[in-house]
Amino acid sequence: MMKKDVGGVIRVTGLRVARSGRTVLDGLDLVLNAVEVTGLLGPSGCGKSTLLRSLVGVQQVQAGQVQVLGEPAGSASTRAQVGYVTQTPSVYDNLTVAENLRFFAAVLGAPHGDVDRVLSQVDLGNEATHLVSALSGGQRNRVSLAVALLGQPTVLVLDEPTVGLDPVLRRDLWGLFHCLAADGAAVVVSSHVMDEAERCDRLLLMREGQLIADETPAGLLARTGTADVEDAFLQLVEQRTPLTRSQS
Amino acid sequence: MNPKITVAVASRILRQLKRDHRTVALMLVVPCVLITLLWWMYVDREAVFDRVGGPLLALFPFIVMFLVTSVTTLSERTSGTLERLLAMPMGRLDFLCGYAIAFGLVAVVQSMLVAGLAVGVLGLDVRGSVITLGLVAIVDALLGTALGLFVSAFARTEFQAVQFMPALVIPQLLLCGLFIPRDGLPQVLEWVSDALPMSYAVDAMNIVTRSTDWTGNLTKDLAIVAAWTFGALALGAVTLRRRTA
Repeated sequence: MMKKDVGGVIRVTGLRVARSGRTVLDGLDLVLNAVEVTGLLGPSGCGKSTLLRSLVGVQQVQAGQVQVLGEPAGSASTRAQVGYVTQTPSVYDNLTVAENLRFFAAVLGAPHGDVDRVLSQVDLGNEATHLVSALSGGQRNRVSLAVALLGQPTVLVLDEPTVGLDPVLRRDLWGLFHCLAADGAAVVVSSHVMDEAERCDRLLLMREGQLIADETPAGLLARTGTADVEDAFLQLVEQRTPLTRSQS
Repeated sequence: MNPKITVAVASRILRQLKRDHRTVALMLVVPCVLITLLWWMYVDREAVFDRVGGPLLALFPFIVMFLVTSVTTLSERTSGTLERLLAMPMGRLDFLCGYAIAFGLVAVVQSMLVAGLAVGVLGLDVRGSVITLGLVAIVDALLGTALGLFVSAFARTEFQAVQFMPALVIPQLLLCGLFIPRDGLPQVLEWVSDALPMSYAVDAMNIVTRSTDWTGNLTKDLAIVAAWTFGALALGAVTLRRRTA
């Protein structure tokens, strides 16, 4: 069978997830594309992380399918192709930045030069020999992000990667996400900060486990007649404007 | 399983340990202090020191590795690094064997130090070869590592992980023949003792200290300890789940 070069790098159909007896996602459908930065926005506890964990294949799901690059999420063949950053930085505190990266690069089988490449991508070249435990929270987040960039994955799933960063750095990282997307990656970035929305190519607004919007930031503002995404979110919640999809 | 990844895991653990001077000191110095204390207690009764010293050479690597492994694996589970690794192309066996290799090496150093001190300085009477003694200590340490990996799955906090030590290790300590010879235990307890791995670890060490030859019983005891180790590693592998709730 020929592998179709479809836009849908990730296809989610009828995804249902319950965590400790509570339904978090109930029948969610979604297609995510390459060469696109998709923002997943919504308040804390709306199910963003659960959805992202499902995309990576580390979440137990009750029903539905998640296909990544044509394989079920978490398949051995696609694991090296998916970079994942958890909300809390998952790196080793008592190793230096470079030691962390060299270790994860070895696990991924990434080439040697990759460590230097990702260090400069997240702007931590000067901190390479510092212990992670001595870094600030924002720097630790960037180490965790750097690990996800090793091996140039084609899918990047980033759970609140810009929390606690200063505005300059935040802008630079969003620039990086767009560069990675331009190189062909599908980039999904979650945030609970609505003002990050305008930096995305495509916006998914989420509330109580449901997607309440899926369109470009400009399209969302035009449809709701609002000036910013926060107002648009409120409008959608209060008026229950039906979900429209910019692409299917 | 991928040997490169296994080695990467093992060397990473050793590098982390190298940074943690206090833990290294506790792992290496405390057993030496304890065996010296024991020697001092029985300074006028050498026969008792000879009888108890051997089993202790089996117990130290087991207990220390059990504790260190259960706590470090737990922190790997809670910090998210385990989830991250399992989302990468890493086999569960790579992870487990990486731990076993790293802590196995630490156990070699620890056992050599304690045995060297006990035999060379404190005059513990060991008839078997030092190499056999080291081998038995390593097998015991690997058993501790494997059980520690396994129980870390059932603890949510480091506080809970440490509590597994009195729950799982002390009963074995009481029944392993250190206090009363195992055949002198009440029948039911003797059966229990026969079922527990530490009994065989101690039996093996007793053979090394009392006999110059490698006996069939030594092979049997080591085989039982090794079987427990592999069993615990296999159960540990089952508890490393890629998908969690």
